[in-house]
Amino acid sequence: MLETARAGSIARSDVEEFLYGEARLLDAWQLDAWAALFTEDARYVVPANDKPDGDPARDLVVIDDDHNRILARVTRLKSRHAHREYPSSRTRHQVTNVLVLDRSGDTLQVEAAFTVWRFRNERADYYVGRYDYVLVVTGDGLRIRSKRATMDMTSLHPAGAVSIIL
Amino acid sequence: MSERELDGLIVDDSERCIFRVHRSTMISDEILRLERERIFAAVWLYLGHESEIRRPGDYVRRSVGGRPLIFARGKNGTINGFYNTCTHRGATICRQDSGNAKSLQCFYHAWTFDLDGNLTGVPDAQAYGPGFDRDALGLRRVARLESYRGFVFVSFNPEVEPLSEYLAGARRYIDLVVDSADGELEIIAGSNQYTIQANWKLLAENSFDGYHGLPTHETYFTYIAGLEEDARRKIGDLSPSGAAKSYLTTGRGRDLGNGHGLTQKVAPWGRPIAKWSALFGAEAKPKIEALHRQLVEKYGDERAFEMADTSRNMVIFPNFVLNDIMAITARTFTPVSPGIMRVSAWQLAPVNESPEMRAARLDNFLTFLGPGGFATPDDVEALESCQQGFAATEVEWSDISRGMNLDEPRPLDELQMRTWWRRWRELMTGRVPAMAR
Repeated sequence: MLETARAGSIARSDVEEFLYGEARLLDAWQLDAWAALFTEDARYVVPANDKPDGDPARDLVVIDDDHNRILARVTRLKSRHAHREYPSSRTRHQVTNVLVLDRSGDTLQVEAAFTVWRFRNERADYYVGRYDYVLVVTGDGLRIRSKRATMDMTSLHPAGAVSIIL
Repeated sequence: MSERELDGLIVDDSERCIFRVHRSTMISDEILRLERERIFAAVWLYLGHESEIRRPGDYVRRSVGGRPLIFARGKNGTINGFYNTCTHRGATICRQDSGNAKSLQCFYHAWTFDLDGNLTGVPDAQAYGPGFDRDALGLRRVARLESYRGFVFVSFNPEVEPLSEYLAGARRYIDLVVDSADGELEIIAGSNQYTIQANWKLLAENSFDGYHGLPTHETYFTYIAGLEEDARRKIGDLSPSGAAKSYLTTGRGRDLGNGHGLTQKVAPWGRPIAKWSALFGAEAKPKIEALHRQLVEKYGDERAFEMADTSRNMVIFPNFVLNDIMAITARTFTPVSPGIMRVSAWQLAPVNESPEMRAARLDNFLTFLGPGGFATPDDVEALESCQQGFAATEVEWSDISRGMNLDEPRPLDELQMRTWWRRWRELMTGRVPAMAR
């Protein structure tokens, strides 16, 4: 039951600090450091606005990245050829309402609310919704096994894309 | 604007091989007003796909050409298109995106309509006099609704030609997509609805613009080339892929009549029907090859090659895109103002596809397509960038001349776009111009 003790020893404040740290990396465009927060078997999913419970194996989603594609997304966003994000937008990832729903073994189920603002070219886009995380306790601290960002907006209007990482 | 002024917005000089479009077409309120009247109210517009309303009572709320509509399956299986407005005082009746119901009730005064549009309930009806005509107060149908191989179109013009005539040469390529899917496609659950701050015509151009592919989408091509190489190495396949090269050198651009156009090339990427690529994984290889063999048996080598190995971008005038590329995507877009459009996009797949192939298809779609894909956001950026550039009104013309000097224009050329713009001018001026390359 050593494993249980590991997740059990993680307080909500530890989780909050971890999520704020993730948000900070994204807003600073430190994307390599952000990608390093994910485990090798990680998944990053953004469902379609009109199918918030969408299953990427069956339904159309906006993003369904495995670890390879998370790295590829970062490589792309860092290049000068991801035109929607070059020059980079300014973003603010606001994470609130953090709840640890379950701790078992080395795994934590976490829910949080997000508001992500994106500013570029005198224009503002917003993304509002719920994060569902599966976090794991590792020797190097918490890592993300799964991140799902479910948007509350009924459509992407007035945004034109999800060109940043939510 | 006079016919002459409208005519002058396009320079179509086949002798000098020059085709130019005046940029006022992209920013003028007056042009948009005329487009609404002479294009959106005159031709066929995409409403939806039959698979979205499979059972009697199924309905979908939709906006087409700026009008709120209800796309519904009636009691006996009829496909209906109604204006989503109560015939009493105007409130929208259908206030959910989709559902199934025996009747739809207006919440304002509780008038009730069935899914065939009949007015079935009027509270306190005895207070109306002898002139009250229940039959005439049913939900108003759009003037015309017709379907071609599952794709349902409407027109607000009662005089419009039959849909199949309107589709002209595009029918062959719709057939190709539907036949390759064993005759029946369905819309996959979930859609993309987004706004581009650009003129709607820019997306018509972009949807079959082969020339922008390599420069704009460099990150996509780098990504798939890298993945292909990794995946090939994993399974010990060391043959060269040459994706970008085939992209540049193969294919044709085509005029399909009535403003519709197409580009077709050997796909530089894998296709769920039925071109295996290392990205699909070794276990999918026999399945995709079997699918390919079935197509050959059923349709012969040539047609099977077109179905499986070629990528096709098609724009059906004015604003319906059916692209059968790394997956099948349907999209339509509507102007909100000269500088803003709303886009709706869906993904289609064969009804009888296996869950494994469906998952592979969805994955392949996301590599390129959709607002979170590795390419579509850059198209959005390109279009908005053009729109910003149009504010420099002293720079009056955009050039669409590529390939005018060629007998067989390629997807990298712009015949398909010229086709679209010639039809645009024809409708806007009410004049039929001489055909040119």
